[in-house]
Amino acid sequence: MLRAKTMEWITQIRNGRSIYLVGVLSYIVAALLLMNWLSQPGLRDAVWYPLVSALAFAAFLGSLLVIYYAPLAGAVKAILGLAILLVLLPILGVRNTFLLEVATQVGIFAAMALGLNIVVGFAGLLDLGYVAFYAVGAYLWAIFGSPQANIAFGTNRFPLEPEWFFLFLFLAVGVAALTGILLGLPVLRLRGDYLAIVTLAFGEVIRVIVNNLDKPINLTNGPQGIRPVQRPPLFFKPWLYALGIRLDDPTLYALYFYFLVLLVIGFAIWLARRLENSWVGRAWTAIREDELAAQAMGIPLVRMKLAAFATGASFAGAMGMIFAAKQYFINPESFTFMESIGVLVMVIVGGMGSIPGAIVGATVVTILNLQILKGLSLMLNKLRQAGVVIPIINFPLSQWPTQLEPAKYERLVFGILLILMMILRPQGIIPERRHRMELAEALGREEHAEPERLPVEEELPPVIPAPEVRPTRD
Amino acid sequence: MAYLLELKKVTKRFGGLVAVNRVDFTLEPGRIVSIIGPNGAGKTTLFNLITGIYKPDEGEILFEGRSLVGLRPDQITARGISRTFQNIRLFGNMTVMENILVGMHTRFRASPVDILIQTPRFRREEQQLREEALRLIRFVGLRASPDELAKNLPYGEQRKVELARALAARPKLILLDEPTAGMNPQETAETTRLIRRLRDELGITVILIEHQMRVVMGISERVTVLDYGEKIAEGSPEEVRRNPRVIEAYLGRGVAIGAIA
Repeated sequence: MLRAKTMEWITQIRNGRSIYLVGVLSYIVAALLLMNWLSQPGLRDAVWYPLVSALAFAAFLGSLLVIYYAPLAGAVKAILGLAILLVLLPILGVRNTFLLEVATQVGIFAAMALGLNIVVGFAGLLDLGYVAFYAVGAYLWAIFGSPQANIAFGTNRFPLEPEWFFLFLFLAVGVAALTGILLGLPVLRLRGDYLAIVTLAFGEVIRVIVNNLDKPINLTNGPQGIRPVQRPPLFFKPWLYALGIRLDDPTLYALYFYFLVLLVIGFAIWLARRLENSWVGRAWTAIREDELAAQAMGIPLVRMKLAAFATGASFAGAMGMIFAAKQYFINPESFTFMESIGVLVMVIVGGMGSIPGAIVGATVVTILNLQILKGLSLMLNKLRQAGVVIPIINFPLSQWPTQLEPAKYERLVFGILLILMMILRPQGIIPERRHRMELAEALGREEHAEPERLPVEEELPPVIPAPEVRPTRD
Repeated sequence: MAYLLELKKVTKRFGGLVAVNRVDFTLEPGRIVSIIGPNGAGKTTLFNLITGIYKPDEGEILFEGRSLVGLRPDQITARGISRTFQNIRLFGNMTVMENILVGMHTRFRASPVDILIQTPRFRREEQQLREEALRLIRFVGLRASPDELAKNLPYGEQRKVELARALAARPKLILLDEPTAGMNPQETAETTRLIRRLRDELGITVILIEHQMRVVMGISERVTVLDYGEKIAEGSPEEVRRNPRVIEAYLGRGVAIGAIA
C-alpha cells in the first residue's frame, strides 16, 4: 500500500508535476528568506518595518494556501504543510516569540471558526452568541485553575495542579457541549432571524453573568477578572534538556500552546470532515437547505440541530480553556459580542460550510487585526514622532488623534471585509464544494447507463402544451 | 380487508377557515388512488395532515392500524410514508446523490462512533446505500450525473430526483403532490408509467394529487374529490366523471375547462 503510494508519487513527479513542486518550494524559500532578512537587528527601527514584517508573515502563512491549491499529490501536500507547521514555524517562532503568539491566536480562532462553521455553515443555524461557549470553557479552568475557587468555596485546595489541565480540557468540551444543548433546547424551535437574536442575547447574558458573579458568592471575580490562571505542566522540559534544547519558560510555553492549539485544530478538522461525509453532515446540510423537506425525509430536526450546536460549542469550550491558560488572566472583556461577530466574519469570509475556508478566514481576519492594523499603527506612531507632515493639505501627523489609530479599526475592517466579500465573492474565499461520488470510481467508472426510453403510452398529439388552466375560485 | 391508511372524520381549521372538514378516507394496500378538486379544496392540507406537518383538530389518522396523530413528520416518515412536494423542494446545493442519501436518512444505522472511526460497518452501509441510490436514479430514468447539484437540473429532472428521494426511504405509502405539474405530454406520459411501476414493481401504495385529468383517469383505481375541504365524491374514475356534484364543483363556477369532460 505504502509502496504503491510512493510509486504513484514518483511517477507524478516524473510526469512533469515536479515543476509545481519546484514552484511551491521556491515560494516557501522566498518567504523564509524575506523573513530572515527582516530579522536583522538594524531594520527594526525603519518606519516601514512593522507593516512589511506583518505582510511577510502573512506571505509565509500564505504558503499553506499555495500548497493547498498546487496540483500535487496529497502526500506531498501533507508533508510540505506539516513541515511548515511543525518545523519551520516553530523555528521562526523561537527566534521571534511574537510570531508564535500570532500563530497561536490564529489557531485558536481557526478552531473556533471550524466549530461555528458546523453550526452556521453546515446546519445553517445563525448563532450570534458563539463566544458564550468560549467563555464557559475559559472560566471553567480559570476558576478551578486559580486561587479563585478558594474564595468561592472556602477551601484552600486550589489552584489545581497543572496536571489537571488535561482532564479539564475534556471537561471543558463536555460542559460547553452541555451548555449548547441547554441553550438549544428552548431556542432551536426558532428559525432564522429569531434564532440569531436569541443566541445574541444568550451570548450577552453569559458575559453579564460572568461580570456580576462576584457576589453573592465570588465565583468569577467580576470585572476584575481572574489571575493567575494555572498553565499546563511543562512535562517535556527534561526531555528537551536531554536533547540539548535549552529554552526559557516563556518560549517553551509559547511553543507549547502553539502545538496544543495545532493538535486541537487537527482533531477539529478530522471530526468535521468525518461528520461532513456521513449521514450526520448530510442531515445538517439538508436542514440548512430546506427544513421542512428535511423533516419530511425523516430527519429529527431538534435532535440534529442540538447535535450541531453541541459539537460547535465543544470546540469553543476547548479553545476557551486554552485561551485562559495562555493568557494567564481573563476577564469578561474578552468575551464580548464583537468576538462572536469576529468568528462569524471568519466563517463567512472563508466560505460558509467549507472546512479549509474556515481556517483561511480565521487566518486572514486574525492577521489583519493582530498584525497588519497594529503594524499600520506602529508605522503611524513612528511617522508622528518623526514630525512628518502630509503634503498638500499640510496636515502634521502629530495631530492625528489617537482614537483614530488603525489598531482601533477592527470593526471597520470587519465591515469593509464583509462588504467586499459580498460584492466580489459571496461564496467565500474557498467555497464549499460538494463531494463527488467516490463510488463511481469504486465501481470502475461504470458508464452511467442511459435509461431505457419509456415509450409513450398513447400517441399524444405533438402540441406545445398549453399552460394548464386550473379551475380557480375567486 | 385491513386498511393501510384510514382517516376518520379528520378536520383542520386555520382560524375561521375550515380547510379540511370531517373527511373520511380509507386505502387498501397496493392501490393507486387520486385526490382531485379545485384549488384551495384542501388536497395539500390533507397531505400535510397525513405526513404530520399539521396536526388535525379533530379526527383520527391510522396507518397500519396505529395512530399517526401527534407524531412528528420524521417519525411518520420512519413509519413508512414518503412524499413529494407540489413545488419541488430539493436540497438545491446538494448533489443528486446526496439528495437521495438524505432520503435514506431513516435507514442509516451507523452510530456517530462508527462514523468517527470509520468502522467497516459504516463503510459497508455507506457503500450499499450509495449503490442503491444509483439503482434508484436508474429506476426513475434520471439522465443527469449523480454528482450534479440538484439546483442545476432542468425541471423535469428535478421532479425525478424528488421522486427518487421519496423512494429512498423504502416507503410503504407514497404521497405524490402534483407529480406532473409543468410537464409536457411526453414527460407526463413517462411519469404516469413510472407511477404505475412504483406499485407494480416496488409494491408501494400511491396517493396522487393531480390536476391533469389524463393522468388521473389513466392510472387511478379510485378518485376522491374534495371541494371546500369536504369530500364530495368518491369512486372509480368513470363514476366521478359523471357525478353531478363534481361537474358542478368544476364547471359551476364558470372558470372550468374541458379537463373533466
